[in-house]
Amino acid sequence: MARKEYAFYPGCSSQKGASASNYLVSVESMCKTLDIKMTEIPDWNCCGASVSYAESGELPRIAMNARNFALAETNLPGQDIVATCAACWLGSRESKERLEHNSGLMADTQTALKEAGLQIKVIPEIKHMVEVLIEDLGYDELKKPVKKPLQGMKFAGYVGCQTNRPFGISGESFENPMYLDRLIETVGGEAVKFDQKVTCCGGALAFSEPEKAQGQIKDIIEAAYDGGAEMIVTPCPLCQANVEVYQGQINKKYGTKFDIPVLYYSQLMTLAYGGSAKEAGLNGNVVRARKLEEFAGK
Amino acid sequence: MSDMNTQMAERYKNNFLKEIEEQAEMGEWVKMCMQCGLCSGSCPTNFHSGWDHPPQEIFMLIRAGKREEVLNAQGMYMCTSCYNCYVRCPRKVPVTHVMHGIAEYAYRIGRAPKTQPTMHLSKTFWTNATKNGRVNEVQLTQSLYFKDGISAGIKKAMEMQSVALGLVKAGRLNLLEAVGIAHKCKDVKGIHAMLAKAKELEAKRKEAKA
Repeated sequence: MARKEYAFYPGCSSQKGASASNYLVSVESMCKTLDIKMTEIPDWNCCGASVSYAESGELPRIAMNARNFALAETNLPGQDIVATCAACWLGSRESKERLEHNSGLMADTQTALKEAGLQIKVIPEIKHMVEVLIEDLGYDELKKPVKKPLQGMKFAGYVGCQTNRPFGISGESFENPMYLDRLIETVGGEAVKFDQKVTCCGGALAFSEPEKAQGQIKDIIEAAYDGGAEMIVTPCPLCQANVEVYQGQINKKYGTKFDIPVLYYSQLMTLAYGGSAKEAGLNGNVVRARKLEEFAGK
Repeated sequence: MSDMNTQMAERYKNNFLKEIEEQAEMGEWVKMCMQCGLCSGSCPTNFHSGWDHPPQEIFMLIRAGKREEVLNAQGMYMCTSCYNCYVRCPRKVPVTHVMHGIAEYAYRIGRAPKTQPTMHLSKTFWTNATKNGRVNEVQLTQSLYFKDGISAGIKKAMEMQSVALGLVKAGRLNLLEAVGIAHKCKDVKGIHAMLAKAKELEAKRKEAKA
């Protein structure tokens, strides 16, 4: 039996062929080393994310999240739900909170769930993968399997918004959370000073209003370079994509020369645990992390 | 005139604050605002063009009964859901959710701008995600690019070509999704029945209040 078992909610972007598929690859490798068993919630559905607000309304959005709770509870009783995506985590946590504090909303949600042949008895705890790492395991446990410390490599720990606000990681401040820096240090890297650590990447506006979002992304990347970072690290799939894939367009527009890899914490951990470039999902990075590819090959 | 906007205006007469409190999600929080402006100062998009009224002003306009100004405002569609305003508000107003709630209400009564790109994304995201239970990223992008017609769409798609190519090469964009070969939930039927019921119950709840 594995040391920890969870009901896993991977979310739409982590699926095969989707925009954060390499996040999933690296999470799987990392969990294997840490002896964490993640069982996918059977037939899970989209959380609705934040941006669907106009069409969704409150009850339908909460019903979508409640369906995942009911499926987890029925199929994986007693296990906490773990999300790797910031939006999935937020949507689930928020729905849980509202359902537990509003009996009318809960009653209506149960009526809706019945149409899908489901019901809620107890809503499981909902955790972000990062909470599993630092709260359920702890930094010391995360350090134990490190075989190849990322010595001499400089990273800007970009926490972003939704893994930080409104819920955040217990014991951390909204303005200057330290957990990502500590994770970087745990695997032997150097966390540089980074004053755009919790700045918004534009979120969904990177799609709908690219001029606005790219202005913000430019500030974030500039600050990473200013701090002396060689790479950016993040826990959020949307932060990762937004900060990585528009660098070419930003260069064209602003005359910058950005070419900085943007990674997930789970990719660093996989590599430090001795995993290969493939196991860390490095082939999924659009801006290739050459230094890490070389490091993995050694 | 029997459109929903007129109906609501008549129903609530001159009490726009009550209209928002009862009809917009989290609208009951509006009266808690003490006009400190921390929300507006914390907003990442407040420093770009496009803003007319940031949250603090929208709250005051609601209380002043300025129905037209609020329903014509662009501010609520500038939200990136970063939750800066939400965590910093000294009165614990869930500003992010109130902005979403007002946007949803404006849309529901037919007052949201038809071509506002984030509003468009908001609609298509939900439709896309609930069609099969999971998001089809390629079709979501397509519907956004082609919202202003085919030629505008092709132009936008061309501009984004290098971004898309990078993602395809990295295995993070599956072109088969364009023709609907994508991840789906098994019980799509159950999801649709559940959502239809949820929509019906929510409409009833709003109606009961009014």
